[in-house]
Amino acid sequence: MKQIVSLVALATLAVLLWHLAPIAMPSDLGSVASHYVTHGIEDNRGSNLVTSVIVNYRGLDTLGEVTVLFLSVSGVAFVLRRRTGLEILKPRPASEIVTTGARLLFAPIVLFGAYIFVHGHLTPGGGFQGGAVVASAVLLLILADRDRTLPHAALAWLESLSGLGFILAGAVGLVVTGSFLANRGVLPLGVWTELFSAGIIPVIYILIGLKVGSELAALLDVMVHAADDEEARS
Amino acid sequence: MNVFTWINLVDLLVCAVILIAAVGAAVHRNLLSAVVFAGVASLAVSFLFLRLSAPDVAMTEAAIGAGLSTVIFLIAVRRTEETEGGER
Repeated sequence: MKQIVSLVALATLAVLLWHLAPIAMPSDLGSVASHYVTHGIEDNRGSNLVTSVIVNYRGLDTLGEVTVLFLSVSGVAFVLRRRTGLEILKPRPASEIVTTGARLLFAPIVLFGAYIFVHGHLTPGGGFQGGAVVASAVLLLILADRDRTLPHAALAWLESLSGLGFILAGAVGLVVTGSFLANRGVLPLGVWTELFSAGIIPVIYILIGLKVGSELAALLDVMVHAADDEEARS
Repeated sequence: MNVFTWINLVDLLVCAVILIAAVGAAVHRNLLSAVVFAGVASLAVSFLFLRLSAPDVAMTEAAIGAGLSTVIFLIAVRRTEETEGGER
């Protein structure tokens, strides 16, 4: 029954979206979009236009997005917080190959994630993608060694400070130029396609990367260990 | 057969994979298999994003949709029951 209901729901969604297909393939850009395309490089000096839109033009929306992520992670941590006074059975330890491989791969994966969010204004990707890659490296470490617990206090501080830094970077724009998250006039824009360019965009994207990475890592840690507790109880 | 029709053929194949994986995720009784189906659908969608020259979205979909959310669902399934209840 449930299967039939979900199939009907899928089919209804497909029919509804079918009519949206012509809208999804526009032949020309709207006025706002064409401003982004024609003035984007001149305004922000970032070679990745998508990042310019996400962090600068629509920076306030990104702040909301980061807040949504923070609230959902807080909710999961609140609901699944570790029950104390419970005898925890040790899950079967991972094999030597898995633990050694995880230790070997952890540093390169974190480095790759950091590369993605540091170069967010130059190449595809940015804070959210890089943060997810960093979190996946932490997941590998947790799965290889279940006894390992993450330094939750340090992660919480990192997450809070980077969130605060995002708002402060916006507030600096408000003080200096009179508009929140302003880019022009806050930091030098630099030379197009160089690492130190695009003003405050890389600063904000690095902060977003740290925030997303620490949040997702803490979320995975809470979920994995809550699942272990559940197994120990049953 | 020239290059363009060949590429379109690959795209159509990917679309077929997305459809099959989505239906599989919706109807499969075993939740572990359903989660894997959903991950495959996400991965195929991210390939399609890349083909539509949206590498930023493709990276997000691959890292979060196919990677992390699949793992989070797997952990959640382990915490609860592995098969859909109520109909046995």
